[in-house]
Amino acid sequence: MLDRNGIAQRIAQELQNGWYVNLGIGIPTLVANYIPQGISVEFQSENGLLGMGPFPFEGEEDADLINAGKQTVTMLPGGSIFDSSLSFAMIRGKHVQLTVLGAMEVSDQGDIANWKIPGKMVKGMGGAMDLVASADNIIVAMSHTNRKGQSKLLRQCTLPLTGVKCVKKIVTNMAVLDVTPKGFKLLERAPGVSVDDIKNATEGRLIVEGEIPEMKF
Amino acid sequence: MNKIVKNAQEGIEGLEDGMTLMVGGFGLCGIPENCISALVELGAKNLTCISNNAGVDDFGLGLLLQEKQIKKMISSYVGENDEFERQMLSGELEVDLIPQGSLAERCRAGGAGIPAFFTPAGYGTEVAMGKEVRFFDGKPHILESALHADYALIKAWKGDRFGNLIFKGTARNFNPVMAMAGNITVVEVEHLVEPEELDPNTIHIPGVFVQRIFQGSNYEKRIEQRTVRSKS
Repeated sequence: MLDRNGIAQRIAQELQNGWYVNLGIGIPTLVANYIPQGISVEFQSENGLLGMGPFPFEGEEDADLINAGKQTVTMLPGGSIFDSSLSFAMIRGKHVQLTVLGAMEVSDQGDIANWKIPGKMVKGMGGAMDLVASADNIIVAMSHTNRKGQSKLLRQCTLPLTGVKCVKKIVTNMAVLDVTPKGFKLLERAPGVSVDDIKNATEGRLIVEGEIPEMKF
Repeated sequence: MNKIVKNAQEGIEGLEDGMTLMVGGFGLCGIPENCISALVELGAKNLTCISNNAGVDDFGLGLLLQEKQIKKMISSYVGENDEFERQMLSGELEVDLIPQGSLAERCRAGGAGIPAFFTPAGYGTEVAMGKEVRFFDGKPHILESALHADYALIKAWKGDRFGNLIFKGTARNFNPVMAMAGNITVVEVEHLVEPEELDPNTIHIPGVFVQRIFQGSNYEKRIEQRTVRSKS
C-alpha cells in the first residue's frame, strides 16, 4: 500500500512537458515534490497565480503570497498574478491541462463528491466545481477506503455531488484505475496489494483484464 | 477629482442595517482590515456579505460573525471558522455556497453590465437546483445571475485620489471584480500616492469603479497557514 507521498509520486508520472496543472489541497499538493526529470510544468493556484514555487525559506514568508490552501508560497521566474475572474477563465476555458484533486467518493461513472457531508460538515466547494466541470483531464488522489474501511469507489455517490461524469483517472493507496463507461478499469496495483484486495475494497463495478502490473517508481 | 476620505469610518459612512456588502480577500489575504474593524464599531446588523471566505474565528469577517452582524453569507469556502459552522448548522446564519469561479464571474458580471451567464460549473449538483439549464456544443450549462452590492469593501496596495488601484501578490484575488460591482466602492490602500506616481500602464483597476479611497493603517496581515522550508 502507498502512503500519501506514494500516491503523489505515482500521479507525478502522469505529468507531461509543457502542461499547466492545478493541484488541490491535501495529497495533490504533494505532487509538486515529485516532478519527473526533464519535465517542465507550471502550477496554477486558483486564488490567482501561475508559476507557483516551493514554500518560502523561514523568515521570508509573505502574507500577500499564498496558494489556494492559504499556505505561504513563492513564485518562480515566468510566474504571473491575476484576479479570481481571470483565474477561472483559465480553468473554464480549458487552458489548464490537468487538475488533481481529493475526493470523499467517486462513482464508477466518474461522478465525484468532495464538499459536503449533510448535517455534519459543510466547508464549501471552493473552486472544485468549476475545475471538475471544465477540465478535460481530472485525476483524483485519495485513499481507497474511508476511516471506517468502507470503499470510496462506489456504484453511486451517496454524498452531495461536486460534478458528474468528470473523473478520468483515480490513484489510490491501492491502485491506479481509469473511469470507463463500464466502470473502474484496474490498471496497476500498489506494491504488496493483490487484485483480490482491490476487488474487496471496491464497491463500484471493477473491470480486471489480464495481468495487472505493479506500479513502478 | 478627489475621492479621498479620512479613514475607514468615513469610508463606510451611510452603510446601514440590512445592506448587501462585497468584501474582498481570499482567506485572510487581501482583506479590508480597516473597513471590517470600522464595521464592527458601527454595529450595522442583518448584513448580507458576499466574500469568498468567512475569515477565521477572531479575524476578518469572523469578527462580524462573533457580533452576529451577518444575516447571510454568500461564499465558496467557509472552512476554518468554528463560529461560522456553529451559526450555520444551528440555522442562525443563512449561507449560500457557490462555486468559486461562478462567484468571481457573478461579481465581474455585476460590474460589467452582464445580467446573467451560462457556466458548466455546478451542473448536476445542488448548486444547479432551480436554475435554467441549456446545452452548448452538447454540454450542459446552468444560468448564473450577476451580483451587486450596496458597498464593496476593497483592499489594494497602492492607489491615488482618482481611485486608480494596484494590487500586490495574491492579495489581488476577488478585490478587482468586487471593486467593479459595488454601488459605493470603498478602497483602503497601504500606500495612497500622488497620481503621477502611478504608471497608467500598470493600473489594475481604473478609478472609474471607485467612489472612496483612504490610507489604511495598522495592517496585521495575518497568515493563515505559515508553511516554510529550512535553508539547509
